Amino acid sequence: MSILLKDVHKAFGSNRVLKGFSLEVQPGETLAIVGQSGTGKSVALKHVVGLLRPDSGEVWVDGKNVGDMDLEGLYEVRRNVGYVFQFAALFDSLTIGENVGLGLRRMPELTDEAISRRVRECLALVELEGYESRYPSQLSGGQKKRAGLARAIATRPEYLLYDEPTTGLDPVTTTVIDRLIIRTREELEVTSVVITHDMESAYRVADRVGMLHDGVIRFLGTPDEIQACPDPIVKGFIEGKPELLEGAG
Amino acid sequence: MRLNILLDPFRWLGRTAVDTAAQIGQWGGLGLQTLRGIQRVDIWGRLLLGQLAKIGVDSVPIALFIASFTGVVMALQASYTFTGAVPLYFVGTLVGKTMILELGPVLTGLALSGRVGANIAAELGTMRVTEQIDALETLAYDPVAYLVVPRVLAGLIMVPVVVILATAIGITAGWGTSLYLLDMSTPEFMKGLRLFFDDWDVKFAVIKSLSFGLTITSIGCFFGFTTRGGAEGVGLSTTRAVVVSSMVILVLDAFWAATLL
Repeated sequence: MSILLKDVHKAFGSNRVLKGFSLEVQPGETLAIVGQSGTGKSVALKHVVGLLRPDSGEVWVDGKNVGDMDLEGLYEVRRNVGYVFQFAALFDSLTIGENVGLGLRRMPELTDEAISRRVRECLALVELEGYESRYPSQLSGGQKKRAGLARAIATRPEYLLYDEPTTGLDPVTTTVIDRLIIRTREELEVTSVVITHDMESAYRVADRVGMLHDGVIRFLGTPDEIQACPDPIVKGFIEGKPELLEGAG
Repeated sequence: MRLNILLDPFRWLGRTAVDTAAQIGQWGGLGLQTLRGIQRVDIWGRLLLGQLAKIGVDSVPIALFIASFTGVVMALQASYTFTGAVPLYFVGTLVGKTMILELGPVLTGLALSGRVGANIAAELGTMRVTEQIDALETLAYDPVAYLVVPRVLAGLIMVPVVVILATAIGITAGWGTSLYLLDMSTPEFMKGLRLFFDDWDVKFAVIKSLSFGLTITSIGCFFGFTTRGGAEGVGLSTTRAVVVSSMVILVLDAFWAATLL
């Protein structure tokens, strides 16, 4: 079982963002969703964990329909899904250790010692050993993103959702984060969805790349396939040529 | 064109009425979620102590500062008004009665709506716009149980405590002023203080304080939770939280006076 969005429509007032968005993520794969800013990539991702509900259409995670689930059901699904936010969304008032351990506190089977051990393991995985007692304000942008990733993987989820994990980072830190995404998939065998508009990053981490345009998936294929795609909308975006996008209307 | 200009105030009035009604409905919805969240002691239990300190203990200095100067002014104004016409021991009556029934709860409530209400709205508003509340949800936390319940409970518990302390300090300041500036004796001040004292006055003050505690924290949480946009949205929510809770405190003050006295 995996993630399936079927004919999802979502509007905010008169602004129709998703207009029949459909996508299936295969178990164990990393799928990148690319597209211009404001096309609804993050909106689509938020549907997967029920942070947004579709106006119509279906959202399935692990064989369960998230779209019409009650809160208790959603909490069950969310325990199996890690979410890495665009700006990390670390809790300012908690230390990095407390941030990473917060999700673990919802697992009654874990003792305090087990939680501390798991927090240290996760921070080691993202190369932030010894940062447990620091606060988010004491970390750089790249370190915050890594701490956000550590928090997302702490509960050992089967699914990981990344919302623009490399936006605003320098090229070296971007590569570090990309390697972490690949390492996380290999070591934890998770199914991942990565939202990005950094094509180099998408080619590095993804098995398949989907391009979101005008509320629907315009193209879905491997990194090689998308680079060979003749569609001017796709080509214009991945090659950074606005004239192609404008020409295609 | 001219008709449009004439209709504009009515449109504005209509829109404001609809928006206000919608906000009251949303505030009620958050109230219901808060009641449901109270059952999740496992989430808010360990957070309550911190909020009791933040909302209650940290508010004591400002509340006592306001109350002590109010007590001094009350005593001086009472003696100025009574001179020659009313026995001076009535200064004790006026200071005690006014501090317990009105100034202790209302001035503390208004001060806390600025200190506590603004703090809550700004903190939760920032958490909203930086996706920290979404992050809580993805970690399988009920954000209302985690953020709203401990703050509202702390407000309900600590605002009456702060009001009682402030009232006591206000009366003590009035007594000190009577002794050192008005040439009254302690027995005189106490005679006036006891003259019309009724146990019900204290209960009335506590009931008012409970309602103020609920108002300040729930309105702060509501505007924080519903913040949209960035820094400007946080600023707007903070201002609204202070203005609306101050207005509701004054309306409640009149309501309790009309119904309980």
